[in-house]
Amino acid sequence: MPAFDLATTPIRELNQALHALSPGTNDRAFEVRNPRGSHAVAVGCAAPVAIAVHGPVGYYCGGMNAEAAITIHGSAGPGVAENMMSGTVIVEGDASQYAGATGRGGLLVIRGNAASRCGISMKGIDIVVGGNVGHMSAFMGQSGHLVVCGDAGEALGDSLYEAKLFVRGGVKSLGADCIEKEMRGEHLETLERLLAAAGMGGVKPLEFRRYGSARKLYNFDIDNSDAY
Amino acid sequence: MCGIVGLFLKDPALEGLLGDLLSDMLVTMTDRGPDSAGIALYGDAVAGRSKVTVQAGDPARAFAALETLARQAGGESVTLTITDTHAVVGLPSDRVGALRQALADAPEGFRVMSAGETIEIYKETGLPRDVVARFGIRDMRGTHGIGHTRMATESAVTTLGAHPFSTGDDQCLVHNGSLSNHNNLRRELARRGIGFATENDTEVAAAYLTARMAKGRDLGGALTDALGDLDGFFTFVVGTRTGFGVLRDPIACKPAIMAETDRYVAFGSEYRALVGLPGIEAARIWEPEPAAVYFWDRDGPPGDAMLAA
Repeated sequence: MPAFDLATTPIRELNQALHALSPGTNDRAFEVRNPRGSHAVAVGCAAPVAIAVHGPVGYYCGGMNAEAAITIHGSAGPGVAENMMSGTVIVEGDASQYAGATGRGGLLVIRGNAASRCGISMKGIDIVVGGNVGHMSAFMGQSGHLVVCGDAGEALGDSLYEAKLFVRGGVKSLGADCIEKEMRGEHLETLERLLAAAGMGGVKPLEFRRYGSARKLYNFDIDNSDAY
Repeated sequence: MCGIVGLFLKDPALEGLLGDLLSDMLVTMTDRGPDSAGIALYGDAVAGRSKVTVQAGDPARAFAALETLARQAGGESVTLTITDTHAVVGLPSDRVGALRQALADAPEGFRVMSAGETIEIYKETGLPRDVVARFGIRDMRGTHGIGHTRMATESAVTTLGAHPFSTGDDQCLVHNGSLSNHNNLRRELARRGIGFATENDTEVAAAYLTARMAKGRDLGGALTDALGDLDGFFTFVVGTRTGFGVLRDPIACKPAIMAETDRYVAFGSEYRALVGLPGIEAARIWEPEPAAVYFWDRDGPPGDAMLAA
């Protein structure tokens, strides 16, 4: 099992080793120790390997991830799993702002709280947060799911496209064009699947409320033409 | 960007390490801003005495004249400690005004970095590593301190444009961000008689808090007022003689992380800045909330140190 101690090894060696993996590699599990808040830990992975990071990381951990299963045994700085394509990123602690931003696929799990702008401009990623999310989460979210087991801050889902939002606790306020929607059977099934995938199978889908786009901002409203 | 660090000690046993710990924190943040660096340290108070930290662009020439000037203004008990481009003048507190006037009138181009009972500010253009070494920050002791490494956006890269900014006795402020209403606010404060040394937005924020505290607000109250009156992006860390405060604007784009143990409260722009602190593994670590005021006071009641407005 390849192991990297970032107290003695430059971050670039870790990332180059991860980028050099061939499809048939026998190295399936990586250990990373002493990240000490380093930036860009395990970014750009494109192989189906498991990476365990022991300790808190800084900006952009797991960014652009494709296929790898990355577990951060600690908290994550801004932009964790930014633009993830596939695979999983699990944060055992809290995540700073814009977790999962612009993510196109895969599953991001944050067991603690996420700060502001969680899932901003999400484009297909699924995000499950065990605690709360901060203000302007899922801002301009285009597709994918944001599941929040705790509370959501101000302006949830502002200028939302087709991302689907589920919140179990309170929502401080909804952003422009974000409304509560009916929770139907298909949504409960999706929630159950996502919670199970996140290892939170004990949480009941029926306790959540669903939010989505009112689709009022999609097109120019001709009644506003007087403004020009 | 810009990098900010702060350390407020609760355990007196750490006071001898303040300069060393703060230096490590600041150097770690170097890649957030290479333009200038500065550090404010709060040392022990001596009854009736104050310190004025003076900077000169041509220290060899200027400081030759400083001792005579300081004695004329401050009397025979004046002490003078020169380190590189900075000099700390120790004098009776009731002579600080006279010294300030004498410094302003002198032809040598003295710049006052700070004045107060316990504060000393050292700041220059250049990297944190070099600034820390030039002024021997690592050997300094104190109760709390704040550091800043700057990526300049709003004004020139000069000594006076470096942070921390001090606009009142024993007060200082560092800033990551940019204010959008600083010109208007500067005019309003100037009309009330407050002088400004730079065109910098952060100096306006510092002067604003000084003006609020001069009206009787405590640090927490002044920071609460700032949320209504300052427009723009900011993460501030503020020091007073006994207090330490943190404030982020409601949008909170500028990063911030805090740690608290029985021995200290620490602030960093990033977690990297905190990794060398003793017992950090067991610290309570959190991201300060947007538009929430945090402050600690050495003279405040224990257990009532933090207020989130």
